[in-house]
Amino acid sequence: MTFSLRFRAAIVSLVLFAAFLGIWHLATRSTAAVANMTPEYAKLMGLTATAGKSAMPGPFDVGAKLWEHLKRPFYDNGPNDKGLGIQLGYSIARVGLGYLLAVLVAIPLGFLIGMSPLISKALDPFIQVLKPISPLAWMPLALYTIKDSSISAIFVIFICSVWPMLLNTAFGVAAVRKEWINVARTLEVGTIRRAFTVILPAAAPTILTGMRISIGIAWLVIVAAEMLVGGTGIGYFVWNEWNNLSITNVIIAILLIGIVGMLLDQVLARFARMVTFPE
Amino acid sequence: MSTFDDPFDADRDLKRAGCACGQHRSAAEHEHAALALRCEPAGSEEKRYEGVVASAVVRAMFPRDAARRAFLKSVGASTALAAISQFFPIKAATEAFADSGTPEKKDLKVGFIPITCATPIIMAAPLGFYSKYGLNVEVVKTAGWAVIRDKTMNKEYDAAHMLAPMPIAITLGLGANAVPFTVPAIENINGQGITLAMKHKDKRDPKDWKGMKFAIPFDYSMHNYLLRYYLAEHGIDPDTDVQLRSVPPPEMVANLRADNIDGFLAPDNICQRAIYDGVGFMHILSKEIWDGHPCCSFAASREFITQSPNSFAALTRAIVDATAYASKAENRKQIAEAIAPANYINAPVTVLEQVLTGTYADGLGGVKTDAKRVDFDPFPWQSFAVWMMTQMKRWGQIKGDVDYKAVAEQVYLATDTAKVMREMGLAPPSTAYKSFAVMGKTFDPTKPDDYLAGFKIRKSS
Repeated sequence: MTFSLRFRAAIVSLVLFAAFLGIWHLATRSTAAVANMTPEYAKLMGLTATAGKSAMPGPFDVGAKLWEHLKRPFYDNGPNDKGLGIQLGYSIARVGLGYLLAVLVAIPLGFLIGMSPLISKALDPFIQVLKPISPLAWMPLALYTIKDSSISAIFVIFICSVWPMLLNTAFGVAAVRKEWINVARTLEVGTIRRAFTVILPAAAPTILTGMRISIGIAWLVIVAAEMLVGGTGIGYFVWNEWNNLSITNVIIAILLIGIVGMLLDQVLARFARMVTFPE
Repeated sequence: MSTFDDPFDADRDLKRAGCACGQHRSAAEHEHAALALRCEPAGSEEKRYEGVVASAVVRAMFPRDAARRAFLKSVGASTALAAISQFFPIKAATEAFADSGTPEKKDLKVGFIPITCATPIIMAAPLGFYSKYGLNVEVVKTAGWAVIRDKTMNKEYDAAHMLAPMPIAITLGLGANAVPFTVPAIENINGQGITLAMKHKDKRDPKDWKGMKFAIPFDYSMHNYLLRYYLAEHGIDPDTDVQLRSVPPPEMVANLRADNIDGFLAPDNICQRAIYDGVGFMHILSKEIWDGHPCCSFAASREFITQSPNSFAALTRAIVDATAYASKAENRKQIAEAIAPANYINAPVTVLEQVLTGTYADGLGGVKTDAKRVDFDPFPWQSFAVWMMTQMKRWGQIKGDVDYKAVAEQVYLATDTAKVMREMGLAPPSTAYKSFAVMGKTFDPTKPDDYLAGFKIRKSS
């Protein structure tokens, strides 16, 4: 009897996941060795010190805590304590805004760069230098000059996600087949019309690839940025729980960051499929 | 109790000449009381204000003290009070006095770092001290000292919790653009500690600490100056013999566990947290270096004071009031519970209770008790500021000369705070300078340069 490839892959995934959970559980079991201490001393100490509980939470701790968060994702206990749903909402809104700004700048500019070899060569050194800068390096400068922490976070997302889009757009536009442009030229199509009816559709798959890379970067950046400026967002949640040394909550946040990142990527992947064309 | 509570006592002298705060019969008696450095709040807010208002009225009626005494002696205090109340509405005046000056700005944002030093700033929100003074304050948790500095300078925060030396550093333009900042109130005194990794439990003599790595929360912090002072007194040059790293408090315990650092001089709940998790032990409390040292401050820019003087005054009152409340041992348990949730400090209640009540596990199996492990006293002594500047100079943060007195008086608002405290019926000290001893060495605030010259270990400039 043979199963489809998809079914077999799912089985392997499940086995791997179970094995991972098992090893995790075994690795974080309590150690028996506990120092002797008087009861009144033990009362003042944490479970790590008294019961030999591992500092790393096990899968059951994380599962229970996750369920607690999922039961009430939108609670609001004041400015420094909000539900995970609200925190993720803030983060997604920030990423959306910064990313949108990056799209608005990167695609027209990328078009320009791609159409003109001169500008392409002239701007290249700047782009190459600015591209690899970490979001954390931008943050102090942004805070200092913009003088507003929430706009600074959006700026940092913008500045970090703009480069892949810019480069991909420029590359896509420059790589449009010469024959197609020549055909358009012989048919006496105007420059603007040529850009929108010939170059844009031809370069669209490359541009979308750039946008897909960028959304991934934007989502990476938001956590770092929010850890620094604080206040709201999933990055702030991680920082706040780290402050409390609550590794359980940090693991939950990591899981959620991964899931949301995947969903954002899937959305862009769907757009990319829509504009792909067979050669 | 204060004379404010009973201006109808014939034996009392109402003239301010007696002592600066008016609580004592003579300046000498005041000095004696000031040594204890405690602010004894009167029974209740209303009583305190009533006392202030009533004494003002009686003083106005009898400019000559002898006449007042004669009057009180002849009719009796209660009759006098009743008589005066008939034609002067003391109750109404008291109410008017209590909410003197409507705040220009009611919705304020105050930034804080989640450590127990910020106790008065934080607890004033859940325990209603801000709303009592007509303010709607949002206390916002902030990721680090540099961020809190930038956000306060950006005016995102109206006021903030800062390390006591930070407003001086900002005013002098050290590590930031020079912006005039002020300290209307000190948050806490004591309340820090040197915590070492468990593996060093037999290495208690600082002379053996060469080559170790220590974490401090920020360069412009009492932690930095106290640790350097402590090491230098034991013959260790903090610049060459050990490594000092600026590490944000939440990362300290994680780094200690990971063996990246050997210890830290850190604000509390971090020290106790390392013990709670079995990662480190308490080597000494910071009060063993300097008993009564300031740590954190409540800071605001001078611009905020000029733009919203009434809001600022109300904030100062709320903070001073909260600090007075926190200074009482019997309130500490309640405070620990109020500030432990995720919205505020976000730490286990047991840890905060150990810090605030002073009965704590030392990490080596013993339970210790020190009621003054952390304490709260709002008065911004200008001599504290002078001491900090001597250390800034000692370790090369200030290059060249500095006018100690002028800067201290510009940043530490001792006069204004004393006025607020007096209006609230509290007893501020009569002077802004006091001498104190750090590890047995007396500091004379009038001779900072001589003090500085007395140190053998310092950064060569």
